[in-house]
Amino acid sequence: MRGVSRDRSRKLLPWISTPIILVLAFIAWDVFVRVSGISDAVVPPPQKVLSELVTVLGTAETWEHAWITTSETLGGFLIALVVGVVAGVVLGKVPWLELSLRPVIVASQVVPKVALVPLFVVWFGFGITSKVVISAMLAFFPIMLNTQLGVRSVDAGQREVMRSLNATRWQTFRHLEMKSTLPYVLAGMEVGIVLAIIGAIVGEYLGGSEGLGYMLVRTLNDLNASAMFATTILLSLIGLLLYFAVNALKRFLIPWHESVYAQQDLNG
Amino acid sequence: MSPDSAEAVSATAGARQSTRTGAAGAAKLELIGVGKEFRTKRAHTVALSDINLTIDDGEFVSIIGRSGCGKTTLLRMLAGLLSPTTGRILVEGRSLWNGTKVDTSVVSQLGVVFQEANLFPWYSVAENIALPLQLRGDDKASRMKRAYELAELVGLAGFERSYPRELSGGMRQRVAIARALSINPKLLLMDEPFGALDALTRERMNLELQRISLATKATVVFITHDINEAVFLGDRVVHLTPRPGRIHQIRTIDFPKPRSIDVQTEPEFGAIVRDLRHALDEDEKR
Repeated sequence: MRGVSRDRSRKLLPWISTPIILVLAFIAWDVFVRVSGISDAVVPPPQKVLSELVTVLGTAETWEHAWITTSETLGGFLIALVVGVVAGVVLGKVPWLELSLRPVIVASQVVPKVALVPLFVVWFGFGITSKVVISAMLAFFPIMLNTQLGVRSVDAGQREVMRSLNATRWQTFRHLEMKSTLPYVLAGMEVGIVLAIIGAIVGEYLGGSEGLGYMLVRTLNDLNASAMFATTILLSLIGLLLYFAVNALKRFLIPWHESVYAQQDLNG
Repeated sequence: MSPDSAEAVSATAGARQSTRTGAAGAAKLELIGVGKEFRTKRAHTVALSDINLTIDDGEFVSIIGRSGCGKTTLLRMLAGLLSPTTGRILVEGRSLWNGTKVDTSVVSQLGVVFQEANLFPWYSVAENIALPLQLRGDDKASRMKRAYELAELVGLAGFERSYPRELSGGMRQRVAIARALSINPKLLLMDEPFGALDALTRERMNLELQRISLATKATVVFITHDINEAVFLGDRVVHLTPRPGRIHQIRTIDFPKPRSIDVQTEPEFGAIVRDLRHALDEDEKR
């Protein structure tokens, strides 16, 4: 059992290396600020950012903003998930529909969707709705495209097996098509959740008086660089959390899939 | 389950105890004037023409031919995946095809093994083996019991909870064979099942298949392009010639079973293989 201890140390590796990298980054940051003598208003020293982060986290208002951004993101993401999977399955299953809609889909893909954000603010107001819509729109495409790809990628040989076993349509769906498409949907979800957060934040930048994106713009107007850094860190933490939630869902739903067990081999 | 298939199952069980209750000596599989044509806008190909063949209960029939001779087409018609243009296919006297419509109650008594194992990676070995039983509606306890028995039969005891990705190519094909056997098929159809395996694994799988087919008294139609394999396993070897696919000759192989791998070094075995190879070479020139 030569490999066991090596496997274990491999599993532990990221837990050791990540803190070390973080500490090194902070030291480099600190040294840079000291040596270059750069203004606090441009790059604040890490200690100041950390103490600001503690202050920010201690404020009830921050948590309200964070909650709003999170719910906008999740709301948009869930809409994108439902609509994206349905659209992906339909387009994957009905070739003539996909063929006739392809130009429209490609065109809407190519349009920089962030450019549409002001329009959405005009249409859906400064409240939470416009951000949910923007989130959903950004997250929709990767989920739909991946689902479509998944529906088309069902292995012909496995289909043949189901046919030779006299499987009904429902059985073929339950035992083959659904299971085989799931990894694609989850890959789309991993991209989608990140885009949903971006959508919510960009929406908050441009309109409204709520959410961490709004908070970020306010710190910018106050020229409070350390608060800006702190808010950004908080936003990244929320993003990380949501991403890991989707990733955990993936590990739970498709433990048999290459993307999961290969990942396990790499980092436990 | 329809009364028909219930009767069929008991008939299989009867045959298993070698006290056949049904029509004794009735052919397991009968092909009468079977032909297949493919029509496209540009071409009209006759893939198979006038195939007549009768296979008895418990017989192992190898079908060989060059690529393009229609052997896979033939198997797909036998498996209920492709309808014949002409002729009739009878499984225990019952017609498999009604025009282009397949009789599902007949198909459900067939076991098919393809060149690729085509396992479902999301199911364990036992679940893969039991899939046909699950689709049929057997309860979990009985289908798992059967899956474990079959895993033992095909030499995979201890791997029941493994997943396909953890298995080698040969092991995966064993799972596919076990899956095909799970429903006690009247007929086991195999389309170059070991074509993707290396020579050594292939030789071992040939021995295993012989053992399994003898243990289950299965009737097997085995398609291959490997002459050695065809002669080693077959009670009879059917040679198909291409363009259009026809039966050129049928050789009866008399070596008693079980055959050891050494049978291949016997002069008579070599003579049969040589004959068939010459005949196949003739196909190339035509």
